[in-house]
Amino acid sequence: MMNEKNLTIGSTVALPKAELDHLLADLRSNGYQTVGPRLQDECIVYKEIESLQDLPRGLLSEQKPASYRLIQTGQDRYFDFIPAGQSWKQFLFPPRQHLFSAQKNSSEVHAEGHTAGRNTKWQIKADDAPTPRYALVGVRACELAAIAVQDRVFMRSDFTDPIYRARREGLFILAVNCLHPNATCFCVSMGTGPRHKAGFDLCLTEMDDLFLVEAGSELGLSLLARRTYELPSAFVQTAANRATELAAGKMGRSLDTSDLPGVLTGHLDAERWNQVAKRCLSCANCTQVCPTCFCWEAFDKTDVLGNKTSRERVWDSCFNPNFSYVFGGNTRPNIRSRYRQWLTHKLGAWKGQFDVLGCVGCGRCITWCPVGIDLTEEVAAIRQEVKA
Amino acid sequence: MTTTLIDTASHQAGFENKLLMPAWAEVVKITPEAEGVTTFALRFTDPEVQKRYRWEPGQFNMLYVPGYGEAAISMSSDVSSSNGLVIHTIRQAASVTKATNRLRPGDVVGLRGPFGSSWPLEAIRGMDVVIACGGIGLPPLRGALYAIMREREKYGKVTLLYGARTPKDLMYPDEYETWNKAGIEVQATVDRGDETWTGRVGVVPMLFYHFRVDPHKTAVLTCGPEIMMRFVIYEALARRIPASQIYVSLERNMRCGQGFCGHCQMGPYFICKDGPVFPFNRLGPFFNVEEY
Repeated sequence: MMNEKNLTIGSTVALPKAELDHLLADLRSNGYQTVGPRLQDECIVYKEIESLQDLPRGLLSEQKPASYRLIQTGQDRYFDFIPAGQSWKQFLFPPRQHLFSAQKNSSEVHAEGHTAGRNTKWQIKADDAPTPRYALVGVRACELAAIAVQDRVFMRSDFTDPIYRARREGLFILAVNCLHPNATCFCVSMGTGPRHKAGFDLCLTEMDDLFLVEAGSELGLSLLARRTYELPSAFVQTAANRATELAAGKMGRSLDTSDLPGVLTGHLDAERWNQVAKRCLSCANCTQVCPTCFCWEAFDKTDVLGNKTSRERVWDSCFNPNFSYVFGGNTRPNIRSRYRQWLTHKLGAWKGQFDVLGCVGCGRCITWCPVGIDLTEEVAAIRQEVKA
Repeated sequence: MTTTLIDTASHQAGFENKLLMPAWAEVVKITPEAEGVTTFALRFTDPEVQKRYRWEPGQFNMLYVPGYGEAAISMSSDVSSSNGLVIHTIRQAASVTKATNRLRPGDVVGLRGPFGSSWPLEAIRGMDVVIACGGIGLPPLRGALYAIMREREKYGKVTLLYGARTPKDLMYPDEYETWNKAGIEVQATVDRGDETWTGRVGVVPMLFYHFRVDPHKTAVLTCGPEIMMRFVIYEALARRIPASQIYVSLERNMRCGQGFCGHCQMGPYFICKDGPVFPFNRLGPFFNVEEY
């Protein structure tokens, strides 16, 4: 065992796989809710995990447009699949969030309570559920980039979303380097992966019989220091570096990002929008699996008499028919304008709003589109059309 | 090894869950303005909130009717003489605004705000001002009108072009004489007259044909249905008024007022925080794209 004093941020150690279980236990005893990959409905999802036992093993994901299959590799590695069906967005920006509840003062509630009585006063009560403190186990480089994108959306200097911020500031990130990119992956094009650079507490590279673990923060370092580990041999380290380099060469897709805002936002009348609109079902799947999409709707849930109400925030989507509704009409009644809004926002207007593109190259929107619309193909087609 | 590494209680300090929490305001007075349009005078129930609350003409609040939801409504009064009251003129059109029909004096509603950009009253000093609005587009400009009236000598010729469907739909008709006397030329028009109407019949943009503008020193402030604004902008540009001197207030679906919920986007803008008031040179490339 190495002396803890020799470890610094940036140090890499070789950790026996069983030690990761102790690390998870340590996180949990420190008040973290550990969430990570689990198998559900023949798909990898991110849910609470109590120990390493809960993680599926020996699974590789095979993703194609409109297709997601898990394949048994016959090995017992934990992190060969990429990426999970859902993103980590759900833990920082919950799909359904109670905001506050309000109740009419009981002495003034009228028998015919559904009409607003005279001098109706309300008691308001903010949601006081404690903020969960999450440790995310198995965050990929594209996923970490997506969290950084949402940081820019929700934690701005003019307005900050307090719900996101409280969850974000308590977050522990246990990252994993990808070794087996899918046919839908294009993180290399977006400059986000497959190898982690920074922003994590700990980062794993999984080998057959051990994890190489890099410390990325003081907290990660102190957790690591409490484990039994060894210095990695030069051979193992070279093998790990080689594996992530190989992964970068195995991207299933690519996206030419040159002149990206302009090529889309400058061609809002392209014929391609009409063609993609014929295939798009406007089902909103892409926006729900997207790790950066941030739109939401808020509504009141009211009891039948109208004396109690609970206000909630839920994920919305620019593909929903009512998304752009104002009295007298809908700004985007047609699927063509909705798809165009999504793509020109994600790969265009986003840059002007948050100084970063809204796509990290995870490929989920391609996998989970029921008709297999592929944004890399759409961008290429618009480029082609514009050039012609 | 269960030594505590982190103080779990401290990381939340300073972040209360206050996203979308309204402050209560009591309905003080209700004034019917026209068919389906009502003005509500509101006062925050918390005197501290009331004291801190400051706004500028063109900005809006998110008005919350408990059990129904929120709607973006602009302030419609004179900033300086509303006795600290928040005045909203509301067209009872969709679910939330219709629910305001049930409000009586003494009832409470929630308010969040003020949000958004305001009319450029400083920037257009010394210029002629054309205020072109239609229907429910007048209330968001009423505060600007009064601000100009208060410092009337700081502006050139001021013309209000206002249109409504019928004479009964014209808002604040009792005030036109005051405005005229204060040096604002009021030109009203209706889509359909009735037996009492002796004024103009036609749409707002056509009123541009009844007076002359000096394009270099004229600013246009417009608010109303988008189709009306489209032609107001067309007429203004046709008179060589630069796009940077044409200010447009846009309406979009809004849920937060803070650029989070995503509904009100147009190109790079969140209408709620980057607008609702824009100089047209910033909007131009997007405003004319169909369904954008």
